Amino acid sequence: MIHFAANTTYTLPILVHAAIPLTLILVYALVAIWGERKVAGFIQDRLGPMRVGGWHGWAQSIADLLKLLQKEDIVPHNASRFLFKFAPFMMFAASYAAFAVIPFSSAYIGSNINIGVFYLLAVTSLLTLSIIMAAWASNNKWSLLGGMRSAAQMVSYEVPTIATVLTVIVVAGSLNLMTVTEMQAGNDTLGFLPNWLIFQNPFLIVAFGIFFVSILAEAHRVPFDLPESESELVAGYQTEYSGIRWAMFMLAEYADMLLLSLLGAVLFFGGWNSPFGDFMGGPVWGFFWFMLKGLLLVFVMMWIRWTLPRYRVDQLMHICWSILIPLSFINLVLVALWEVIF
Amino acid sequence: MLYVFKEGWNTFKSIFTGMGITIRHFFGPSVTLQYPTEKMELPKGARAKLHVNIDDCIGCNLCARACPVNCIHIETVKATDDVDLGKTSTGNPKRFWLTQFDIDMAKCMYCDFCVHPCPTDCIYMVPEYEYSEVERTNLVYHFSNLEPAMVAEVKEKAEEEAERKKREREEKMRKQAEAKKKKEQAKKKEAENNGGDEKDDEKSSNPKKEDS
Repeated sequence: MIHFAANTTYTLPILVHAAIPLTLILVYALVAIWGERKVAGFIQDRLGPMRVGGWHGWAQSIADLLKLLQKEDIVPHNASRFLFKFAPFMMFAASYAAFAVIPFSSAYIGSNINIGVFYLLAVTSLLTLSIIMAAWASNNKWSLLGGMRSAAQMVSYEVPTIATVLTVIVVAGSLNLMTVTEMQAGNDTLGFLPNWLIFQNPFLIVAFGIFFVSILAEAHRVPFDLPESESELVAGYQTEYSGIRWAMFMLAEYADMLLLSLLGAVLFFGGWNSPFGDFMGGPVWGFFWFMLKGLLLVFVMMWIRWTLPRYRVDQLMHICWSILIPLSFINLVLVALWEVIF
Repeated sequence: MLYVFKEGWNTFKSIFTGMGITIRHFFGPSVTLQYPTEKMELPKGARAKLHVNIDDCIGCNLCARACPVNCIHIETVKATDDVDLGKTSTGNPKRFWLTQFDIDMAKCMYCDFCVHPCPTDCIYMVPEYEYSEVERTNLVYHFSNLEPAMVAEVKEKAEEEAERKKREREEKMRKQAEAKKKKEQAKKKEAENNGGDEKDDEKSSNPKKEDS
């Protein structure tokens, strides 16, 4: 990798490869924020944004973005200036960097390295750090409370996430997400189902349940949105942020949501594989199927957000440490046994 | 242990029940009305802006008297004999020029009391509620359709006619009084001649006093 950076002939390809996920994230964030408001509206029998741009207010998030860009960049008087300004960019960098190992289609993966999942989980841990950085640098007690909650939550929920990812790795036998996707090709399970991992082993369904709950907590989504909890902590670590820096947090959060959903799609739902075998296959259709699977999981996250109330801190910790972690480790052992026996 | 499983099952059941409810609403119809472009139809008898069909107004002033907040101001001028204002659509003859018919909607409290006394049903509430103004004076609605020049003319004419009628009446009364006097004198002469009835005399003297 180091000689890549030194060699200027590789600079352009690297930039292009880096720009593809970035474009995707930016477009996705605009669509997802609009979509979230639409989903919220429809679930509450409203319409959501309807005016900007004509058809169903599709340009609402663009208008919001333009507004945020024009806002004054305010730094609180007693805040730690450098950390305060740096935290949002670090948070976005953490979730953006993780997209490097996501196989978007059979033809495109940012970096085809053999420790893909490990890299992804390691890089997303930086999110915790950046949230604490933002919270502490704000010099605001509510922000700090939010940041502390976030740290506790993310550190705790990383354990069941990693344990369930490990169950998949036990079955797949590879840390490279491209390899994991390729081995899920075909439609042979029980004669008609796709060879996706979730259909291959009953314990992997349980693993997916645990994984989904954990990524809800990792992405700070309801019912585990304690770091923000706008009704009690006034948006938590984001309280003192405004304008473009706040927009970066929002972007990072939505990017993180997409990242974890796509990871779920790779690990359990066959990544870019078509559900109809070779029909509608190929790199372009692969990208379509992959995004469809990811966005469906994102939709379920939104759906849950507008259904369930928020957990208390102690309940959150109870769920993680005394239910999810034991369950995920027992599940890991059972999956391993299943793999040995069958 | 059994308790834990039971509770866990209940939790999952309630989560899926809740999600079922929300997805049903997701696909269900929305209750939002896109207000300025879509409007709800007002129910029958909704109380909103007052309107006067000035062609049907006979200037009876009943609505102004019924108003508890005095927001209706009516000024009428009697029509002269040479003009015929015609009839209302309900068949009542119109006898007054309506030189002023103002309703101050800023004062109006939408009690509907002015609507019911109207004999020709010419004052009523229209389903219109978007008439806010920056200036309060703009909320005074003028329903009279007479031009200021016309108003002056009509007033002048009416005054002239009233003057003329007054004079005519006075003339008539004087003539009547004279006629009565003559009659009485004639009667007296008769009475003197015949030594006639005293009761008749008293009777005829009573209306005399009323006239003066």
